Amino acid sequence: MASTQASLPKPIGSGRGKLRMTNRRREAVWAYLFLSPWILGFLIFLIGPMIASIYFSFTEYKVVKPPVWIGLANYTRMFGDDLFYHSLKVTVTYTLFSVPLSIVAGLFVAILLNQDVKLSGLFRTIFYLPSVISGVAIAIVFAWIFNFRFGILNYFLSLVGVQGPNWLGHPRWTLWAFVLMSLWGVGGNVVIFLAALQGVPIVLYEAAEIDGANNWRRFWRITLPMISPAILFVLIQGVIGTFQTFTQSYIMTGGGPANSTLFYLLYLYRNAFSWFEMGYASALAWVLFIIILILTLVMLKTSNQWVYYETAGEGRE
Amino acid sequence: MASLRSHRTRRSPQYAALEAFQRILIYLTLLSLGTAILLPFLWTLSSSLKPFGTGITFPPEFIPKRFEWQNYLKVFQTIPFFGYLRNSVVVTGLSLVGELVSCTLVAYAFARLRFPGSNVLFIVLLGTMMIPYPVTMVPTFILFNSLKWVNTYLPLVIPPFFAPAYNVFLLRQFFLTINHELDEAAEVDGASKFRIYWQIILPLAKPALATVAIFSFMYYWNDFMGPLIYLSDSEKFTLSLGINFLRSMRGGDDLSMQMAASIMFVAPCILLFFVAQRYIVQGIVTTGLKG
Repeated sequence: MASTQASLPKPIGSGRGKLRMTNRRREAVWAYLFLSPWILGFLIFLIGPMIASIYFSFTEYKVVKPPVWIGLANYTRMFGDDLFYHSLKVTVTYTLFSVPLSIVAGLFVAILLNQDVKLSGLFRTIFYLPSVISGVAIAIVFAWIFNFRFGILNYFLSLVGVQGPNWLGHPRWTLWAFVLMSLWGVGGNVVIFLAALQGVPIVLYEAAEIDGANNWRRFWRITLPMISPAILFVLIQGVIGTFQTFTQSYIMTGGGPANSTLFYLLYLYRNAFSWFEMGYASALAWVLFIIILILTLVMLKTSNQWVYYETAGEGRE
Repeated sequence: MASLRSHRTRRSPQYAALEAFQRILIYLTLLSLGTAILLPFLWTLSSSLKPFGTGITFPPEFIPKRFEWQNYLKVFQTIPFFGYLRNSVVVTGLSLVGELVSCTLVAYAFARLRFPGSNVLFIVLLGTMMIPYPVTMVPTFILFNSLKWVNTYLPLVIPPFFAPAYNVFLLRQFFLTINHELDEAAEVDGASKFRIYWQIILPLAKPALATVAIFSFMYYWNDFMGPLIYLSDSEKFTLSLGINFLRSMRGGDDLSMQMAASIMFVAPCILLFFVAQRYIVQGIVTTGLKG
């Protein structure tokens, strides 16, 4: 073993110039070798399926029989599909409440934790804890917490004299229950905002203090601009996430009552795997993708109006 | 708002009183919010120990009069818990290995090697992170269905071996921070690219590997939709499907048992979180801010 290893490098050195010529190419070959899992996965599990998905979206395909080309029929079908509009409305409504509230709540807690609080590490741990738990367990536990008669939420409301609603049983309240549940998982945002807050240079606050800026003014003029990149990140991630809400509604309400929690992805899932409408489901998936893409681009495009990037800092690294 | 303590200028007694009042308010708010976050956990734990029927009482009983450990045993008698546990361990374990191997290889190439098209490919990688799972869900199912892989673990454990973009990105960010001089020195000594990856980069990247491993563990352990789509035989279920199976079997009665099953299901993630918290926080901050 030792002798073969020692003699290995020698045969390569047949000519100094040639070696240098091939070095670049050799590195590129290595690189593509290292990249091969991703490139293969990209082709097999992403580009391939995406192309197939475009094709299926123009067909009627019920798995047992081969797909039949029907042109744009799946897309025109959506225009007349009440459940499509409804599921989109449910998803958008949930997003409009859940995402901004999660940002405000996360920022609020992060700011509190950033005030030289004793045991801030412990508090951060507590706030993040829900984020490590699965959607299934959360759904099962919260289904009970929201229970109209025996749930602890309505018990606590009754302590302050409020008759709690039938959270999961009445279409008016179900989405609010889901929004409340999403706020329980605000800890992920707290961690991101806390890190961002800790990255704001103290000098800025000191300078502002000399200029006589009060807390409120410093928050609006220094804190918010400085952490705005983190807010943008949380906003985009949040919207992408809420548009793919599934597990809660699948387990807790099954989309009901009266379809009040029929989220877009649940409707798509049912088309694909309950009714085997693979063609229509593919069209729904593309519409979802395009909606998410447009929303993301809009958020990114408008972000230069309110997100502040510290360009001066780039030279330092 | 920086720390309130940075006010060194104004020191009047009124100001000190205001500051003390503010701090009390901060602690009270944090305490009550923290309690609200912890309450569902404690409620689940206490409910899992209540004797049959007493879970449904009003007002709710927060500490059971008698601890009913039988609820946990009843879970084992109602569903094949240990079989599901084994399935979950197999699926999670294989996925984890696949992600760690493939993502580190790809991340190494992006962080360290020069090759034509590197910028374009990296942008493509970032772009793929934005493509939502539902877009590929249907055709991927049809692909696996035609391979006769449905109702096996293959559709769950094979894709992780093809370097999911998110973790590639996280690892690449970390690899970039490793000092270049080390691999240059090894290269002068004639070490191959693979050897540099294996003997220099990987050992130095242990914290990042731990972060990826923890996130992946939690993701695959908790994954519900993947197993829901691909596994149909109830004895093949992972735990996440298994506890939902228990719920659908038992409906509204015997909630204590469902809570006991939930506790056992989430316990590994909670333990892991307490053991490895700093890696988790580091990972969130890396992907969330330096991205």
